[in-house]
Amino acid sequence: MAAQLAPAGVPRLARGVRLRHDEARGQWVLLAPERVLHPDPVAVEILKRVDGERSIDAIIDELITAFAVERERVAQDVDAFLANLATKGMVEVA
Amino acid sequence: MNVVTRPDADATALARPPVPPPYGMLAELTHRCPLQCPYCSNPVELDRRNVELDTETWLRVFTQAAKLGVLQVHLSGGEPTARRDLEEMIRHCVKVGLYTNLITAGVGVTAERLQSISDAGVDHVQLSFQGADAMMTDHVSNFRGAHERKLAVAREVRRLGLPLTINSVVHRANIHQIPDFIELALSLDAKRIEIAHSQYYGWALRNRAALMPTREQVFWALEIVEKAREKLKGRLTIDAVVPDYYAKYPKPCMNGWGRQSLNVTPSGKVLPCHAAETIPNLDFWNVRDHALDDIWQDSPAFNAFRGTDWMPPLCQTCERKEIDWGGCRCQAMAIAGDAAETDPACHKSPLHGHLLALAEEDAATGEETFDYRRFLTPDRRV
Repeated sequence: MAAQLAPAGVPRLARGVRLRHDEARGQWVLLAPERVLHPDPVAVEILKRVDGERSIDAIIDELITAFAVERERVAQDVDAFLANLATKGMVEVA
Repeated sequence: MNVVTRPDADATALARPPVPPPYGMLAELTHRCPLQCPYCSNPVELDRRNVELDTETWLRVFTQAAKLGVLQVHLSGGEPTARRDLEEMIRHCVKVGLYTNLITAGVGVTAERLQSISDAGVDHVQLSFQGADAMMTDHVSNFRGAHERKLAVAREVRRLGLPLTINSVVHRANIHQIPDFIELALSLDAKRIEIAHSQYYGWALRNRAALMPTREQVFWALEIVEKAREKLKGRLTIDAVVPDYYAKYPKPCMNGWGRQSLNVTPSGKVLPCHAAETIPNLDFWNVRDHALDDIWQDSPAFNAFRGTDWMPPLCQTCERKEIDWGGCRCQAMAIAGDAAETDPACHKSPLHGHLLALAEEDAATGEETFDYRRFLTPDRRV
């Protein structure tokens, strides 16, 4: 499947969207206007690296190294996940 | 998402199990407001400026809220920008990890002030519109020129790159404008709109004859909203608050009493919902005297209708008891005269027919005069 986002693109969370660790409940949450989302562990690893500095490619590279998984699979997951958040306006890719 | 399931209470346990923490906190920073909306959610007896919490106390409350597990704080009022220390509070919320949502009427808020609020780190702005055009907004809010000022604020909010939600409360006088409200939200580049039917407590209950829509209007509105939702998927999120007088099931008010959120009033009382003071004899604790965690866990008002043990047999035996949570306590109080009764909005309530009759009667009055929100008693400060 062709990537929806340019691999060289640099994603960042849109204003009004914040990732944080919820100490009281021991989980990661993605906060948005009137929404509390509970990202799964894979999503959390991607989101932690969405900082407006790393490119999508760089995020993929890091995940491969950190979790010893094959590139094609990771690239697909990252692309699909970020493209979905971009559609919702929660992530902007520059 | 955003759903907490409470473990079944252990009947043999002597101590109450700890209550899961709340997700959201409504901080009513002040009851002062330039607008006079006849359905205002503030109580009929408004807190005056001289009883408002000071900055230091609010900062302490925000710190305690974050520690308790609150994730999002809704900075509201009255008009929250009437507090000159708003930016200091926002900065503090950011520091302790709270997501800040500013709920403003957008009147008397300059571009400079918005810049300073944005710089403080606010996450999201909700802006109210009482009508979809100047004539309606100015009439409902009883403030000439309100609409134009709100438009300017909306544009400035977007220019600053902040996400914007348009809040519209609908009732008989403006319900026909729902399509225009949606167009307005799109034209202002809002990503979200709340279309909330007026809820009949406090001021709105006083004005029910002038506010209650007809059944036909309500069903037309539901259809319009549903169609727009489908059409605008991905462009505009539409969150609707339903009108329960014509409903079959009651609204699961606050998703259960003392279950997900709390509300701090300008003078520091902590309530399970903003209308809770309409229920007499509830013992609300104040942040001046107690830590927020203790109030959430142990205050009599929060435990009065928490969970399902308090429910009358009609709710106890209902398969929807943990869906509807017995409906709204304030509505049971207002209509049935007992806050521990089944919400009359439920079709199983013996008062359901009575509630419907009240709605139809009010909708047919043709009443057009509002009893505008205002401070009722003279200011006794010397």
